[in-house]
Amino acid sequence: MNRFSYARPTDVAEAVREGSPGDVRYLAGGTNLVDLMKENVERPVRVVDINRLPLHDISDLPDGGLRLGALATNADTAWDARVEERYPLLSSAILAGASPQLRNAATNGGNVNQRTRCYYFYDTATPCNKREPGSGCGAIGGVNRIHAILGASAACIATHPSDMAVALAALDATVQVTGPDGDRAIPFADYHRLPGAEAWQDNNLAPGELVTAIDLPDERFTGHYTYLKLRDRLSYAFALVSVAAALKIEDGRIVEARVALGGVAHKPWRVKTAESVLHGETPSHNAFLAAAHAITEGATGHGDNDFKIGLARKAIVRALRQAADGTPQSQTDKRVA
Amino acid sequence: MASSARIGIGSPLSRVDGIAKVTGAAKYAAEHRPAGMLYGFAVSSGIAKGRITAIDDRAARAVPGVVEIVTHENRPRTAWLDRSHHDQVGPPGSPLRPFYDDKVMFSGQPVALVLAETFEAARHAAALVEISYEAEAHNTDFDKALAEKFLPAKKRNTFHPPKNRGDAEKAFAAAPLKVDAEYRLATEHHNPMEMHASTVEWHGDGSITVHDKTQGPQNVQAYLSSVFGISAKKIRVLNPYVGGGFGSGLRPQYHVYLTVLAATMLERSVRVVLTRQQMFTHVHRPEAVQTVRLGAEMDGRLTAILNSATTSTSRYENHMEDVVIWGMMNYACPNASGDYTIAPMDTSTSGDMRAPGAATGMALFEIAIDEMAEQAKLDPLAFRLLNYSEEDAMNGTPFTSKALREAFAEGAAAFGWDRRKAGPRTMRDGHELVGWGLATGMWDAMFSKTSASAKLSANGDLEVASALSDIGTGTYTVMTQVAADTLGLPPERITARLGDSDLPAAPVEGGSWGAASVGAAVQVACRAIGEKLLKAASSIEGKPLGSAGIDDVTFDGGRIVLKSDPAIAVEFTEAMRAADLQTIEVEETASAGISGMVSQIRKSRNTHCATFAEVKVDEELGVVRVTRIVCAVAAGRIINPKTARSQILGGVVMGIGMALHEETMMDTKLGRFMNHSLAEYHVPANADIDSIEVIFVDEPDPEVTPLGVKGVGEIGIVGTAAAVANAIYHATGKRVRSLPITIDKLQD
Ligand SMILES: Cc1cc2nc3c(=O)[nH]c(=O)nc-3n(C[C@H](O)[C@H](O)[C@H](O)COP(=O)(O)OP(=O)(O)OC[C@H]3O[C@@H](n4cnc5c(N)ncnc54)[C@H](O)[C@@H]3O)c2cc1C
Ligand code: SF4
Repeated sequence: MNRFSYARPTDVAEAVREGSPGDVRYLAGGTNLVDLMKENVERPVRVVDINRLPLHDISDLPDGGLRLGALATNADTAWDARVEERYPLLSSAILAGASPQLRNAATNGGNVNQRTRCYYFYDTATPCNKREPGSGCGAIGGVNRIHAILGASAACIATHPSDMAVALAALDATVQVTGPDGDRAIPFADYHRLPGAEAWQDNNLAPGELVTAIDLPDERFTGHYTYLKLRDRLSYAFALVSVAAALKIEDGRIVEARVALGGVAHKPWRVKTAESVLHGETPSHNAFLAAAHAITEGATGHGDNDFKIGLARKAIVRALRQAADGTPQSQTDKRVA
Repeated sequence: MASSARIGIGSPLSRVDGIAKVTGAAKYAAEHRPAGMLYGFAVSSGIAKGRITAIDDRAARAVPGVVEIVTHENRPRTAWLDRSHHDQVGPPGSPLRPFYDDKVMFSGQPVALVLAETFEAARHAAALVEISYEAEAHNTDFDKALAEKFLPAKKRNTFHPPKNRGDAEKAFAAAPLKVDAEYRLATEHHNPMEMHASTVEWHGDGSITVHDKTQGPQNVQAYLSSVFGISAKKIRVLNPYVGGGFGSGLRPQYHVYLTVLAATMLERSVRVVLTRQQMFTHVHRPEAVQTVRLGAEMDGRLTAILNSATTSTSRYENHMEDVVIWGMMNYACPNASGDYTIAPMDTSTSGDMRAPGAATGMALFEIAIDEMAEQAKLDPLAFRLLNYSEEDAMNGTPFTSKALREAFAEGAAAFGWDRRKAGPRTMRDGHELVGWGLATGMWDAMFSKTSASAKLSANGDLEVASALSDIGTGTYTVMTQVAADTLGLPPERITARLGDSDLPAAPVEGGSWGAASVGAAVQVACRAIGEKLLKAASSIEGKPLGSAGIDDVTFDGGRIVLKSDPAIAVEFTEAMRAADLQTIEVEETASAGISGMVSQIRKSRNTHCATFAEVKVDEELGVVRVTRIVCAVAAGRIINPKTARSQILGGVVMGIGMALHEETMMDTKLGRFMNHSLAEYHVPANADIDSIEVIFVDEPDPEVTPLGVKGVGEIGIVGTAAAVANAIYHATGKRVRSLPITIDKLQD
């Protein structure tokens, strides 16, 4: 771990001032940043510990939505009565991730900003464009079982590992940020980015920008939702493929459908035009399958991860079935619902 | 002390070291901190093969607190001869000599060691050491390595070459039923919870104390003495607590070499702890491929076994395992042949990992057996009973005992096997397919010459000691129990000591021989104490025990009791006072003896198990849940059913990992294992483990070892992986022949 200076501001403006110049990292729960620093992947010259900022609350928004403080922990968020009641999809997705101990430490801001789990990114002895621009991508032609099948580039085929973010994408959340140039709100779909040629850029935060909160709109999907996560063991592994599905069904017909995929791309994967395939349909295997194909259109494997294409389609179909039937996936009973 | 409360062999005594472990009082190798200690951090090679052309350590040396950076360029002298680097259990070859020269033989090889006043400075500086390499072409692709497979002329001394019988090729050709398939096992890393580490105390008088994570303190002592030219008397190796081994600590690993090298060079105390990532840079279970060809008559009687396997090793050492012999020993079949080779790759040397050879070779063979049972249209259990061999079918020798039939019966009853429906995809539970699978497990029941001392104090407290290790298996507890049993003392009065090279000679802890061997040694030592006590008792005025000999008395509750009249008894303390003894001390050695050696030649000695598995597989998605395991074990006498059960549970869990999860993935272009962390190298999590029932079947065997004990550390893993794989086939109709069976292998 390199030497760095350290600041622990207590108000947001001060944090942004501290966080603005150069190679600075905000430290929240530290469950990802500290690991990466130990591996010499992250080498900030300055660490700004944001844990004393007043961003721990979860509060109601005037429009009926909910504001999740950037520093509210994943555990406090998942078990918050309002989240459980109004956004059970989000609660479920958070609980599908990591372990209780990690969720106790991990924060909402840290979760959406966590970095890829690509093996090469973590190993400084190997090439990786995300870690070291221009060094090449070790995963292409290498060990890539956990890598992207959608939206990847010739520079990088990493995935975003968060479960929470997949639900936030499905729920059309908004990320509230503040920075040297003031505050702005970023729709979740625009928060993370595809790697393109700039693999090192995970998301659209500008340098020095700080996430202060994540806002959930009033639209809640409490009746028909699920978070289905498929992984290499039944708990405590990142998603190979995950699906956040939310439906509105009126008179037996789907009037709104949201499907976001995790584990398959550099960002939670949503294709709105594909979702609309379901509009007006009665829930059926064929309708779900058509949506699954539409959502995964253009999917390409890189060898080890070829299986993800078929698996993603099956998972979408199953998740839509779970959502339509009102039998969401349990995160404790590991039988697939 | 009432004899009803007597604790002895067979009692489910809780671990005597448990409290120390859960309270943190137990200190592990990296938890010692001698005054003035330096922290060492190893720099690992980034290339798989080649030469170091330059080392630029200027930036690293400039880090405040850095004291020295050791590399091949400035290392002190170590032994020059290959054989000086050999250890008791290493395979033939040229052992790794870190920093010996500029050669890189595998990715992750230690190429420099940074020493600093703080761990943080050492780690930071390690990242700043710039090493330039001239890379050479490497091969870490097992499939390519197969082209170079061979059987070394010089075998590992524990290796048992397969013994062929009959004419297997001819019988196979003629057989009406045939199985001919290739099976694979991925590379696995041991990943004990405790990272490999050493703390070396530099005493300044030429002597050192080495706190090491090892499974054999005397092996490390002898190795260090030979490598560094220090008299063994000046090296004390301690490992009283070991946070798991699974075989990773059988050989002295490079961390201890580096630590002692630095300590002798700088004449200071040093600690080196490997990172979890570096735990993937030494020993691992070899990758394996096994071709099994089976022939059988229409009724299912086996007529041919052709079992051929290759496992991976490094280029510099020939690690060999007994992979192909198990099926040849276990099944009655007139024609059988085995063929085993190793394939060298540019990796570190593979090594023993829990049930080495058997966990690989028996598991893969048992999948083939399942395939043959299906061809013969026989229930897998009926098939195994039909081909049951009472004797060791490969060596033609009887077993000292083999209660596998009983294990099948008791396991099947507990599992409800008779309700199994024949044929794949015949059982379901909602949208999950249900499968029931069975496999046999087999392992050696070994005994290793071991010494132990016993010391009885004037206050009646007993200490027993041996240089064995307790790698979490319960050795302390077993020693305490055997002593309690022999001398009739309550466990609270007994202290067991181990994990110290100064103690009476013992082998490395491995191979499941620990309990049988040290148990026997403690027993003979305690018997010797008993005899001395009896003699001392004759000094008591009036000789209350008369002329009773050792066979005329029992030891109970700290007293010598006359068998013929239990009302007559003498306290140990009274006897010692009378004879004016402050302590009674003995050291004894348990060896197989002449009759044991004869028996070793004439009889086979093995543990067996029958493992039954239930899986539920989501029909659409291929998500596997192992919902039930019943493991019925025939392992002779069980010293402690509680710690023994824990061993089987651990073995079964590891077997589930082998079946479904564990796999170290190699980037063959870089020649490097890539998923080198516990986030990405998967072992079963709690959610992956459901009901596990352990049954010990009755298997009295006075011949196998002095206590009739066979050992249970490894047998639990052997049957599990195949039972799960066979259950998955029964559930899904998909025969997956490469372990682990990850979700991708269950997609259409
Ligand atoms: C073994 C393991 C298993 C895991 N399994 C899963 C899993 O299955 N699913 C899953 O979703 N996650 C998983 N995680 C990841 C875990 O969820 C993240 O590590 C965690 O959410 C990060 O939150 P944190 O507060 O600790 O972030 P930190 O580590 O403090 O920060 C992470 C990153 O976010 C930045 N950051 C933090 N807060 C802000 C902010 N307010 N504004 C701007 N930038 C910010 C930091 O600078 C840093 O770059 C796992 C982690 C581990 C170690
Ligand atoms: S996939 Fe992306 S993160 Fe992984 S090695 Fe390639 S560039 Fe790096």
